[in-house]
Amino acid sequence: MEHTAPPAWVMLAYLISGVFFILALRGLSSPATSQRGNRFGMAGMLIAVVTTLVTHDVASLPEIMGAIAIGGGIGWVTARKIAMTDMPQLVAAFHSLVGMAAVLVAAAAFLNPGAFGIVGEDGLINPVSRVEMGLGIAIGAITFSGSVIAFLKLAGKMSGAPILLPLRHVINLGTLAAILGLIGYFTVDQSPWIFWTVTALAFLIGFLLIIPIGGADMPVVVSMLNSYSGWAAAAMGFTLHNTAMIITGALVGSSGAILSYIMCKAMNRSFISVIAGGFGAEAAVSSGEAKEQRPWKRGSAEDAAYMMQQAESVIIVPGYGMAVAQAQHILREMADVLKKQGVSVKYAIHPVAGRMPGHMNVLLAEASVPYDEVFELEDINSEFAQADVAFIIGANDVVNPAAKTDKTSPIYGMPVFDVDKAKTVFFVKRSMGGVGYAGVDNDVFYMDQTMMLLADAKKMCEDIVKALQH
Amino acid sequence: MDFISILSIFVMACFVGYYVVWSVTPALHTPLMAVTNAISSVIIVGALIAAAAGGSLTAKWLGLIAVALASVNIFGGFAVTARMLAMYKKKER
Repeated sequence: MEHTAPPAWVMLAYLISGVFFILALRGLSSPATSQRGNRFGMAGMLIAVVTTLVTHDVASLPEIMGAIAIGGGIGWVTARKIAMTDMPQLVAAFHSLVGMAAVLVAAAAFLNPGAFGIVGEDGLINPVSRVEMGLGIAIGAITFSGSVIAFLKLAGKMSGAPILLPLRHVINLGTLAAILGLIGYFTVDQSPWIFWTVTALAFLIGFLLIIPIGGADMPVVVSMLNSYSGWAAAAMGFTLHNTAMIITGALVGSSGAILSYIMCKAMNRSFISVIAGGFGAEAAVSSGEAKEQRPWKRGSAEDAAYMMQQAESVIIVPGYGMAVAQAQHILREMADVLKKQGVSVKYAIHPVAGRMPGHMNVLLAEASVPYDEVFELEDINSEFAQADVAFIIGANDVVNPAAKTDKTSPIYGMPVFDVDKAKTVFFVKRSMGGVGYAGVDNDVFYMDQTMMLLADAKKMCEDIVKALQH
Repeated sequence: MDFISILSIFVMACFVGYYVVWSVTPALHTPLMAVTNAISSVIIVGALIAAAAGGSLTAKWLGLIAVALASVNIFGGFAVTARMLAMYKKKER
C-alpha cells in the first residue's frame, strides 16, 4: 500500500513552517531584529503542530494535550528559573531531549510503520525508509547519551577531566563501523534485533565519544551535539516526507557545524583532535613541572581606580572567571562610573570566553551592558595598541602572548588579544598560583606595565568602584 | 513526494542554513543555540503521528513520551531564547 500524498495545502503549511524557521535564524543577525525572529520560530512551530493534528485522525487528543501540557510546563518553568551562567548545561540537557524524542519516534515508526505510510507493497518497510529510520535512531541515540555526559560535565556533576580508556579509538571506530554495517544489512533483513542492536550501540558510542573530552573543549562538544540533534530531525523528516522537519534539520545541522568550526578555529584546534579527546589531561601533567620564579608587581584597587580615571580609553577583557565570581554587575557599575568621568570603555570578547559560543555576551547583557559597547576579537584587537588600560578580569589563555610567539606552547596559534600592547595592564586574578584551562604560564603577568590585582573579581570591582567615587 | 524531491529540499536547505547561520552575529550565538534547540523539536510532528495512530499500543506510548519531551524543548527553548534576547539593549541616550 503506497502512502497517499497529503493534500496540497498540507504540504504548503509545512513549507511555510520551514520558511518561518529560516526567518527565525535570520532575525538573529542583529539584536534589533532578534525578538521578531523568535516569534517567527514560535509561529512556525504552531503551524507545524496544528497542521499535523488536523490532518491526522487523532483519537487520543486528551492524552496528547496532557503530554504537551506536562512537557511544556516543565520547559517553561525551567526557562524562567535558569541562571544565565547555567545556560550551557541547560542547552546540553535540551539536546538530550531532542535526541531521545528522535529515538522514540524512530522506534514508534518501526513498531507501527503503517501509521507513517512507509510500508511497501510486499508488506515490509520500504528499504529507503529503513535506512532513514536506522540513521534517525542512531543519530538520536548518540545525541542523547553524548548530551547527557556533556550535561553532567558542564553541571559539575561529573569531573571535567577527560576519561581515557585504553584502545578507545579502536573501540569507537569499531562500534561506528558496526552501526553503519548493521544499518546497511537492515535494508535486506528487517529483523527487530538489528534495529535494537543499532540503537544500543548508538547509545554506547555517544557515551564513549564524549567521556574522553575535557572541560575546555565542551563548547565544541555542545555545538557538535546541537548539529547532531538537527541531523536526527532531518533523518526523521526523510522518513515522514515532511518538509518542515527536513528544512529545520538542515538549518540546525549546519548551525551546529558552523559553531563547532568557529570554536575550533578560536582555539586553533582541529575538529578531529577535539573529537579524539584527551585535551587537558596532558596539560595537567605539564603544569606539575617546577616553574621559575619571575618578578611581578602587585597593584591595589586604588592604583587601578587612579590609572583608569586618568585614562582616555579602557578595554575590559572578561572571561568565565568573572561570571563564576558573579562580578558582571559590579563590573558594569565600574564602567558606568568611568564613563561618567569621560573615559571611553569597551568590552572585548573572545569567541571561546565562557562555556559555550556567545555565553559571555549573554552574561554581559544580563548585567545591562549595552551590546554596542561589546566587541568581537577581530573588531577590537587593533585598538589595544592605542588603549591606555587593558583590564583583564577572569580571562587568562585568551590574552596569553605565548599563543603568538611560543611554538611549543599548547595554545600556540590560538588567536589572542594583544593586551601586551596596551600602555597599562590590570590583571584581576584570585592568586598567582592558578593558571588557565590550558595550564600554561602567562608572560603578561610579568610585564613592566602589568599590575596584578590579586583578589576575588567581585570584591576587587567593588573596591575599585569605592575608590573611584572618592 | 519521491526521494529525489526530498533530497533536493534537504540539500537546498543545507545551503540556506550555511549562509543564514554565518550572518548571525557572534554576540547572539547562545540564543542561536537555544532557538535551534527549540525548532529542532519540530520532531514533535513525528511524535504526534505516532501518538495519534492506532494499531500499536507501545508505539502510541512511545509517541506520547516523545510529545512530552519535545514539548519541554519547544516551550523551554523559545522561552529561554526570548528571555535572553530581551536582555540585549542598546546604549541609552
